[in-house]
Amino acid sequence: MGTGLIRDGQGHDGEVANPPRIDVRWGVLSLIALLCACVDKSDPPRDITGADADRGLAVIRRVGCASCHGIPGIQWPQGLTGPTLEGFADGPMIGGQFPNRPDVLIDWLIDAPSMAPATAMPAIPLTESEARDVAAYLYTLHD
Amino acid sequence: MTRSVADGIAAWPPAALDPAGPFAGPLNTLSWVLFAMGGAVLLIVLIALGVALFGPRRWRAKLGGAKLVWIGGFAFPVVVLSALLIYGLSLTSHLTQEPGPGEMRVRVTGEMWWWRVAYLDAQGREGFQDANEVHIPTGRPVVFELDSADVIHSFWVPRLSGKVDMIPGRRNLLRLQADEPGAYGGQCAEYCGGPHALMGLVVVAHAPADYAAWLRKQSAPAVAAAQPAAGAEVFARAGCGACHAVAGTAFNGQAGPDLSHVGSRRTLGAGILPNNQGTMAGWISNSQSIKPGNRMPAYPVLTGQELRDVSAWLESLK
Repeated sequence: MGTGLIRDGQGHDGEVANPPRIDVRWGVLSLIALLCACVDKSDPPRDITGADADRGLAVIRRVGCASCHGIPGIQWPQGLTGPTLEGFADGPMIGGQFPNRPDVLIDWLIDAPSMAPATAMPAIPLTESEARDVAAYLYTLHD
Repeated sequence: MTRSVADGIAAWPPAALDPAGPFAGPLNTLSWVLFAMGGAVLLIVLIALGVALFGPRRWRAKLGGAKLVWIGGFAFPVVVLSALLIYGLSLTSHLTQEPGPGEMRVRVTGEMWWWRVAYLDAQGREGFQDANEVHIPTGRPVVFELDSADVIHSFWVPRLSGKVDMIPGRRNLLRLQADEPGAYGGQCAEYCGGPHALMGLVVVAHAPADYAAWLRKQSAPAVAAAQPAAGAEVFARAGCGACHAVAGTAFNGQAGPDLSHVGSRRTLGAGILPNNQGTMAGWISNSQSIKPGNRMPAYPVLTGQELRDVSAWLESLK
């Protein structure tokens, strides 16, 4: 296996005279390091029971969120009034003021002005379940 | 959003082949007659081509004669196309006749890149204005008087009637009729610059009693019940009234769409966005990011609170 790794690194003509064992260990260590990277401690669980991201995207289209926000998955429009929602799932804050958690996001989507009186984002005509679907979609938007 | 062929098939029939009234019906018939005849001619040509390439020598000799060229290349097209022209004109001539007494009349003026709508009385005098949405009663023809304020546009509501150009300085006529209540989409069908593709409109058909109710509501100002008052102040301070009129106020600008009942419209930006406070705020704040090149400037001078107030006030103009 160790020679295999080295051959790959050297291309086709890899006649390895003296295969050094240390490379095997480096390979294994790198693999472990890579696997560790899959556990992102800054990414809290954001399962929203019963919510459906596809339905959320349909709601986003119907309500017209994209008239203010650039939203991946919506080609037009890409409004500039609000921030782009690209990578929203990886951002720590909502509206620059509130922790990016599902319960906070759902409240924000329905009635942002009650949380931040100076925001330009008006209350949006969404039911609780529509807002949950929209939140589920927004949490699919990774960088 | 990308559309696939499968989406297209799922959405069959397209609006142009899905008539919803007696004026669109004959056009649909004519379309299918044209498709069928075009298909038949293509078939004949392909068979002749096959014979010319692979047929027995005797058949090929016949195809090469001058007689076939005269019959197939001259007599046949003249007869068939003339018959088709007469048939087509007979199906569509009544679409563009002058309005008779008692017929309902609406004037729609194409503007870059929206539609000015004026409801006319029997003498052709202007009643009230609206924009980007035309309301009609079901079950009777409505004469649309079409012109343009700038460049050539084309008025097309495929499910209700044909397509007619709007030409500056001309008054073109087109009859529409809807058999069932509903909202029927339309689109500018002649490239008119910049955001031409974002120049849509909606024709809303009501049952006659509902139409009468709509007409009563629409001809009276809605501003008395509009909230919040702070929104009206923002509207005045930002100078919106220089381009937009609101019935019952001093705002009487004529450059842009009439906003007297803007909150009751189905769409914003000329048939392109759903109409709610959020889309209204986005449009006011930066319509250029939504419909690039349209004549309304962005308003980066408003605070969040002001934007919410003015959009709420406009949405309450029902």
